[in-house]
Amino acid sequence: MSAHSATEQPLLRLCGIHKRFGDNHVLRGVDLELAAREVVCLIGPSGSGKTTLLRCVNHLEVPTEGRAILQGELLGQYTRRGRLVSLPPRELAAQRAAIGMVFQHFNLFDHKTALENVTEAPIQVAGMSKHEARAIAGRLLESVGLAEKAHAYPRQLSGGQKQRVAIARALAMSPKLMLFDEPTSALDPEIVGEVLDVMRKLAHEGMTMLVATHEMTFARDVADRVVFMDGGVIVEQGPPSQVLTAPSHERTKRFLARLL
Amino acid sequence: MDDSASNSQALVPTLDGHVERRPKNTPAGVLLMVLKWMARAVVLVVMVDVVRILVTSKTIEWGTVAHYLTFGAILAGALTTLELTVAGMAIGIGIGVVLALMRLSPSTVMNAAASAYLWFFRGTPLLVQIIFLYNLASFIQRITVGIPFGGPTFFSWNTNSLITVTSAAVLALGLNQGAYMCEIVRAGILSVDEGQMEASLALGMTRRRAMRRIILPQAMPVVIPPTGNNAIALLKDSSLVSVISMKELLYQAQLIYSAQFNTIPLLVVVCIWYLAMTTVASVGQYYLERHFDRGSTRTPPPRFRTRFGRNLTSILRPGARMGSASDVAAAAQAGQRSGLGS
Ligand SMILES: Nc1ncnc2c1ncn2[C@@H]1O[C@H](COP(=O)(O)OP(=O)(O)OP(=O)(O)O)[C@@H](O)[C@H]1O
Ligand SMILES: [Mg+2]
Repeated sequence: MSAHSATEQPLLRLCGIHKRFGDNHVLRGVDLELAAREVVCLIGPSGSGKTTLLRCVNHLEVPTEGRAILQGELLGQYTRRGRLVSLPPRELAAQRAAIGMVFQHFNLFDHKTALENVTEAPIQVAGMSKHEARAIAGRLLESVGLAEKAHAYPRQLSGGQKQRVAIARALAMSPKLMLFDEPTSALDPEIVGEVLDVMRKLAHEGMTMLVATHEMTFARDVADRVVFMDGGVIVEQGPPSQVLTAPSHERTKRFLARLL
Repeated sequence: MDDSASNSQALVPTLDGHVERRPKNTPAGVLLMVLKWMARAVVLVVMVDVVRILVTSKTIEWGTVAHYLTFGAILAGALTTLELTVAGMAIGIGIGVVLALMRLSPSTVMNAAASAYLWFFRGTPLLVQIIFLYNLASFIQRITVGIPFGGPTFFSWNTNSLITVTSAAVLALGLNQGAYMCEIVRAGILSVDEGQMEASLALGMTRRRAMRRIILPQAMPVVIPPTGNNAIALLKDSSLVSVISMKELLYQAQLIYSAQFNTIPLLVVVCIWYLAMTTVASVGQYYLERHFDRGSTRTPPPRFRTRFGRNLTSILRPGARMGSASDVAAAAQAGQRSGLGS
């Protein structure tokens, strides 16, 4: 599935990302590249900075240092008189529209139906007609298996259904890249599967995905590459067969041992 | 209507879902029962007596009341009161939203400016603010718009021509209301989970659009009940502008009774009109609350009749629980208001 060759430009490039919250140095220089259509799983102990790294990609968190580049375009910043400065809000918003994000706690718009959740951004941000947006949203809800729940409000949906709506909502903007932040951690074990199935399908369709997860089975089956983070740095990375079954670092071994 | 509780025994869930324990046939239980019935009897006697005084009183002159109830000047005054309330609320909500956004902004300057506004308008009496604004001309002669410190002037008005009785009244009520609306709107915005803003931003919305489309609509269920209470309070407080001879309901009545010396009948007329308006406003608030509660809570608020009925029975039945959650919030709000000297 990994269609990346050495010459091809990566879809996403993170260079030397640092993030400090006051004295707390959370990310300590992260370099990561994702080829188009690649699925990368981010694993690591709690507090290792997985969420922070994902949020630095779409600038929900502004990196203290370093850059994120999507298809050659610098994210959230631009060069003015030789210095990097923050992008104006409008342009930052346009960049974010090209990156889908799925949250641990779904964050569906509670005052809107499932269908309205999906159509909101296409209509408001992309300027799509209501008619067209509804047609697309209908198809997306069908593809996540929720066609019959289109007119339900989030409070009427189960956790798994909410998360599938959230995935459809992110896909409605036809993103180039999807970020998942522990999409199944808030779900009951018996419901986890329905969300992972949707993600698996998405991976097969060729979506580029960066997934922070504790689901090792999903990582083993779906990921092209597994990245293990600890203490704000990438400790090791490689194909799942290598990182998950024969890790070369002591810290990775300890982390995996604790999971099993 | 929800009196099923009184027919059955022991633990009875009421409409609120809480369980009411009925006293058993112990001596203490019987004593409690007797005391409850005595309290009800006393309240009933007092109520009957109040009605008797109202009906038979010589000073009220019900004929005069009936005559003035639909008198032209009184109707015009009631209409003006309504207009003052609507205009004051409109200005207040506008200012309140702006102040709330200022208070939530990371900018220290914005924050300090909003706080200073709140400090002044909630820390001084509304009556003083009304008189102050009406006399603004003797304090600031001209109001100008331009570049300060010797820059060019774009517009300039004589304060005297700008501040009329009406504009002073409307502005004072609106500016004051803005300070109270700020806290209500701010509490509403803070009640919405942070994740809603993050999801909006991640989808490519600007903060402004997310605020308008996602955050503020979800703040509504929290904002509406206290706003309704404030509107009703403003409806009554608008009588204060009678001191600058704004021709609203109370001032019109004062004009009549100072000439005719029928003070009590006219004050009764005024009370009847205020009661009519506040009652209609309460019903309106109920339907507004119900409309904006869609999608935000699991259980819809009880129907108006049931809620009204419960509040009524809670007066007559010492055991029944008072009010609903929003009433409690409203009470807290009211307390905060009077505590800060409005
Ligand atoms: N907004 C913030 N302000 C201050 N500190 C923060 C903030 N967000 C994260 N942190 C800190 O950054 C560190 C890394 O947090 P992060 O959420 O990125 O870890 P994580 O790997 O996602 O962990 P988990 O598996 O528990 O989700 C933690 O110590 C956390 O306290
Ligand atoms: Mg996390």
